[in-house]
Amino acid sequence: MTLNLFLLQLFTGVALGSVFVLLAIGLSLIFGLLTVVNFAHGAFYMVGAYVGVFLLGLTGNFWVALILVPFVVGAMGLVVERFLVRPLYGRGIDYPLLLTFGLGLVLVELVRIVFGLEGVPFDVPDALQGAVNIGIGWFPLYRLFLIAVTIALVVGLWLFLEKTSFGLIIRAGARDPEIMRVLGVDISRVWLMVFGIGTGLAGVAGVLSAPMTSVIPDMGTSVLVEAFVVTVVGGMGSLLGAVVAGLMVGIIISMTALFYPELADLAMFILMAAVLLVRPQGLFGRKGLMG
Amino acid sequence: MMLDVRDLNAWYGRSHILQGISLNVERGEIVCIIGRNGAGKTTTLRSIMGLVKKTQGMVRFSGDEILSEPAHTRFARGLGYVPEDRRIVPGLTVRENLRLGLLGQQNGIDEAAAIERIAETFPRLKERLDQIAETMSGGEQQMLAIARASVSEPKMIMLDEPSEGIMPVLVDEMYDLFERMKAEGTTILLVEQNVEIALSIADRAYIIDQGRIVHASDAATLLADEGIKERYCSV
Ligand SMILES: Nc1ncnc2c1ncn2[C@@H]1O[C@H](COP(=O)(O)OP(=O)(O)O)[C@@H](O)[C@H]1O
Ligand SMILES: [Mg+2]
Repeated sequence: MTLNLFLLQLFTGVALGSVFVLLAIGLSLIFGLLTVVNFAHGAFYMVGAYVGVFLLGLTGNFWVALILVPFVVGAMGLVVERFLVRPLYGRGIDYPLLLTFGLGLVLVELVRIVFGLEGVPFDVPDALQGAVNIGIGWFPLYRLFLIAVTIALVVGLWLFLEKTSFGLIIRAGARDPEIMRVLGVDISRVWLMVFGIGTGLAGVAGVLSAPMTSVIPDMGTSVLVEAFVVTVVGGMGSLLGAVVAGLMVGIIISMTALFYPELADLAMFILMAAVLLVRPQGLFGRKGLMG
Repeated sequence: MMLDVRDLNAWYGRSHILQGISLNVERGEIVCIIGRNGAGKTTTLRSIMGLVKKTQGMVRFSGDEILSEPAHTRFARGLGYVPEDRRIVPGLTVRENLRLGLLGQQNGIDEAAAIERIAETFPRLKERLDQIAETMSGGEQQMLAIARASVSEPKMIMLDEPSEGIMPVLVDEMYDLFERMKAEGTTILLVEQNVEIALSIADRAYIIDQGRIVHASDAATLLADEGIKERYCSV
């Protein structure tokens, strides 16, 4: 075992973690503002991949597909929030949870009917094929691209939250929706937008993963579990938590896969249990968010 | 008339809390609502603001019926509200909390100028603009809550027990401010337990008890009437 192999595997973990980060940010934003535990998040991720497949077939251009997917999936999210989730506000956390759980199943079945069970190929675009030498060894270019896109999205989102008025509304609305209404903000419109942004991010994560995994109707199922673990570890509602925990989980999975494959599926749950024992609210979560 | 409330009823679940409240506030007045704990003062303000789910009756603001409107449109009409617990948003700076007060406004007030002006009126906030708001003292947070509700220059502002738990020096400062706001044309509806000081600046007063108005008069009359204060305002 060389140091370089270790570092390469670390990098692989970061690439894997990038997908978790994107998913967990969406989950976390949606939970932080709407207190909706979105069990359809994995399905939106899967739909993102399929919309990508569809758009790629239509336009033949990966970049166009990549840019359009978040808007298409985000728009679906808007419709879902407006017509399915919104009527359930004020009824307790389990109603939207059950609804989105059911919605996830429906979406998976729908895709199964339309596209079949078989994996759909999604090729890495020419410009992103091959590997580059990153000093410690050769690393797939596409994974570097994935990491770069994730960094760009996270930084963009952070700037949006910290520097714009709408971002201020989102940050404040997560802490105290009522005072926002008193100050003239139509908070239900904010919730709508946040659900759209969150699902859009899930969609982008799906299309970005498409070239690396097989595009199948079930692809969102296991990733949803990982995304939830990340959100719990990082702390529900925390952007920084989603980033740190996403990378941690990605790295832990890829490291155990290399050093101790028997534990690869279990490692993240051990991490979660350990974190919850010490900090029940997650690494960066606030106490009492659920109360 | 700025605010005209008639036969306002409000419920929390099945409990019928407000049982036909009628009161009014003329443009430019300071009107005070007093009453003991649990009388329904907060519920009255929350109902006028649109924060109570189940209400009935009539609430007119500046001539328009607003009881069916959501809270955020009431704000946009020029109705400001400083809640009992201040509701300073944790994690945000003083400046960001002030900015929140401008997001929903439709008066086209420029943010930088407004914050500059607020900093003049509230010198205590001026030095702390970039401090996390919850690290300030209770009195300073109350000042911030008032500043946040008034930065958009509302026609009328409702305040729920602004002097509660605040150092006397700051209470005096705050009441000076209310008088200045009045002089500048802002209408004020004030809920207080601190009866003496509230009545000292109010034009008129209502006493509320068990969800009903039990007394209405000018403030001076009430201030002189020990019997009635004793009966309805002792805690
Ligand atoms: N959220 C609530 N749910 C149920 N009952 C409430 C709620 N808030 C207040 N009440 C009840 O309504 C009555 C009036 O309360 P409130 O308006 O807060 O009184 P005040 O502000 O005059 O002290 C009280 O009996 C109180 O227990
Ligand atoms: Mg009260």
